[in-house]
Amino acid sequence: MRRALPIFVVLAGLLVAIAIANPYFLEPPAFLAFVKRAAPLVILAAGQYFVIVSGEFDLSVGSLVTAEVVIAARLIDGSAAATWPVLGLLIVVGALIGLVNGIVTTLLRVPSFITTLGTLLILSGAVFLWTGGAPRGALSPQFRELGRGSLGPVPWSVLILVAVAAAAIYAMRAGFGHTLVATGDNDRAAALSGVRVARVRTAAFMISGLSAAVAAILLGGFAGVSAQVGQGLEFQAITAVVLGGVALGGGRGSVVAAMAGAFTLEALFTLLNLYGISGALEPAVQGVIIIAAVALGAVNLPRSRAAAAP
Amino acid sequence: MGSYSRRIIAAAALAVLTLPAAACTSDKPAPAASAAPAGSAGSDEKATGAQSKFFTQADYDAQMAMRRAQPTGSPDKPWEQSIDAQLVDTAAYQKPGPYHLCFSNAAVNNPWRQVGWKTMQAEVGLHKEIVRFTALDAEGKDDKQISDIAELQGKGCDVLIVSPNTTATLTPAVSGACPKVPVIVFDRGVQTDCPVTFIKPIGGYAFGAEAAEFLIDKVPSGGKILALRILPGVDVLETRWSAAKVAFDNSDREIVGVEFTDGDAAKTKSIVSDYIQRYGRIDGVWMDAGATAVAAVEAFEDAGQPVPPINGEDQQDFLQKWHDAKLTAIAPTYPTYQWRTPVIAALKILKGEQVPKVWNLPQPTITHANLATYLKPGMPPLHYALCGCEDLPGYPEKWGGTP
Repeated sequence: MRRALPIFVVLAGLLVAIAIANPYFLEPPAFLAFVKRAAPLVILAAGQYFVIVSGEFDLSVGSLVTAEVVIAARLIDGSAAATWPVLGLLIVVGALIGLVNGIVTTLLRVPSFITTLGTLLILSGAVFLWTGGAPRGALSPQFRELGRGSLGPVPWSVLILVAVAAAAIYAMRAGFGHTLVATGDNDRAAALSGVRVARVRTAAFMISGLSAAVAAILLGGFAGVSAQVGQGLEFQAITAVVLGGVALGGGRGSVVAAMAGAFTLEALFTLLNLYGISGALEPAVQGVIIIAAVALGAVNLPRSRAAAAP
Repeated sequence: MGSYSRRIIAAAALAVLTLPAAACTSDKPAPAASAAPAGSAGSDEKATGAQSKFFTQADYDAQMAMRRAQPTGSPDKPWEQSIDAQLVDTAAYQKPGPYHLCFSNAAVNNPWRQVGWKTMQAEVGLHKEIVRFTALDAEGKDDKQISDIAELQGKGCDVLIVSPNTTATLTPAVSGACPKVPVIVFDRGVQTDCPVTFIKPIGGYAFGAEAAEFLIDKVPSGGKILALRILPGVDVLETRWSAAKVAFDNSDREIVGVEFTDGDAAKTKSIVSDYIQRYGRIDGVWMDAGATAVAAVEAFEDAGQPVPPINGEDQQDFLQKWHDAKLTAIAPTYPTYQWRTPVIAALKILKGEQVPKVWNLPQPTITHANLATYLKPGMPPLHYALCGCEDLPGYPEKWGGTP
């Protein structure tokens, strides 16, 4: 929890800044709306965390989200009966894409940066080819409910987020989490001490794929069919994880901090929007964050080792 | 402990980095002053900001006049109609068939261009005298389109149709092609009058003004209007907004915000939800394009509020929502049927018939009265109703619809 503290300080600062600009923000409905909006990114960041902490990247999640939403709209085509089977299919497809990413990276030894960049291009090309640029079909109201509706005052997406977060924290506290961090820290050492590195990393990719499927269900539900829904989400997720203090290259950082990083990024976007700053600035802000966070980490590391020596 | 406090410092540094970045760029847009058009009320405290640098008073006036003008030609075929036509002689280009038409397309990367491109191909299929139709897709890249245009000049085209990706960059390429082959430009323009004809709907000012005037009519005095734009700096979108700005500045409706949505449905919905929260209620929504209109409508539905007057475009999903939710709405259009016209113009030119130098196509508006005519159940959500494609072979399947 201590490691996650700095990002919570930043997050709290941003929330206060938003509340100053817009006092309604801290009232429960407005705050829940914020959490609901952040939920898909937080879930994606949690998934991305598993891959990054194991020492890899997953650049494919953005186009996976788009593909999932487009597939869902085409298969459901407004029919209530098709909703649940298609939801199941989306989860399976998400896990399957993760499995492919994992196998190609670990068994074929293609660097994950290249593997998932390839998956990104393949999926976005396939979606374009299949839809011809204009998605067909429609999501049923039942499907939309998960991203749009709420149980009493609490949106479904917030409940799903809580469940995902609990599962992620549990997984990181269990043996799986420890082997994952060990793999990211030093995969050779982990392998020598009996960790099945390929299997652990493949599982991380599958978790990331699953998180993309859940995010797609929430995003599609929130705003409907669009061929742009997942655009740039992979970089937002990676930025969020890095912002949470998770080391690129693996081995350090907590999943709670990664999720807090996603909230922070979303809060930052909300603040920029409140001050009327164009959305065009968002990628620039993300770029600055990635570079600054990694640079700060690099500056930090040798010093803390030196401090630990005497 | 050492690393712990250093982490705090790192986080604080990050906060310091990001917070002022938000604060120092938070200046409100400069109020409209010197750049304001002659027609504006002259108030310099408008929330609509400075007038766009793309605004040209003469073009604005011309389009406002064309909105009220009666087009010539059969109303059943608006893609053959024209407004204020200055006919030019094309006898010099006359030649016997069969013909080879060539087309340099800027891109097919959005639903509007997808619908248009399908419509154009179907139009080509109608004419037996066109034996070859060579089309190159520039994929949204200026440099590719420049080389596409050069390549097509060596293919023995009888007419070259160009839909330019950007205006200024493609001008030299079009100028270079003009002496070799009759050129037809449509959709976006170029800065040369060497093409035989330039085909376009009335234009962006007419679009923006139509929607703004509807809102001013439906939203009571002092009402709060939210303006949503896709992104800044694109001429066809800037003109839409600048005409709306002129109309809003002349009214006493309050423009509570002008936001950019990137054409993203989720972002649109979030922005509208934010404004509903901040102001309690919003009395009208103006949009520069209809792709995310349904998301804006849903933001009101999810907030449990009545949907205020809003404008969309001629996309099926919006028309369906308008019909189902009984909205107070209007849909100005930028008709996709303009993709039929270049093929028709090409044949006229090759037969030596006169064509307008600037072929201004009518730009119909969908209103409550004619909504039923344009709503086509069975067509995909992102289909554009003004495709003028209903009489073409393969409709509706080729456009993704079900009969």
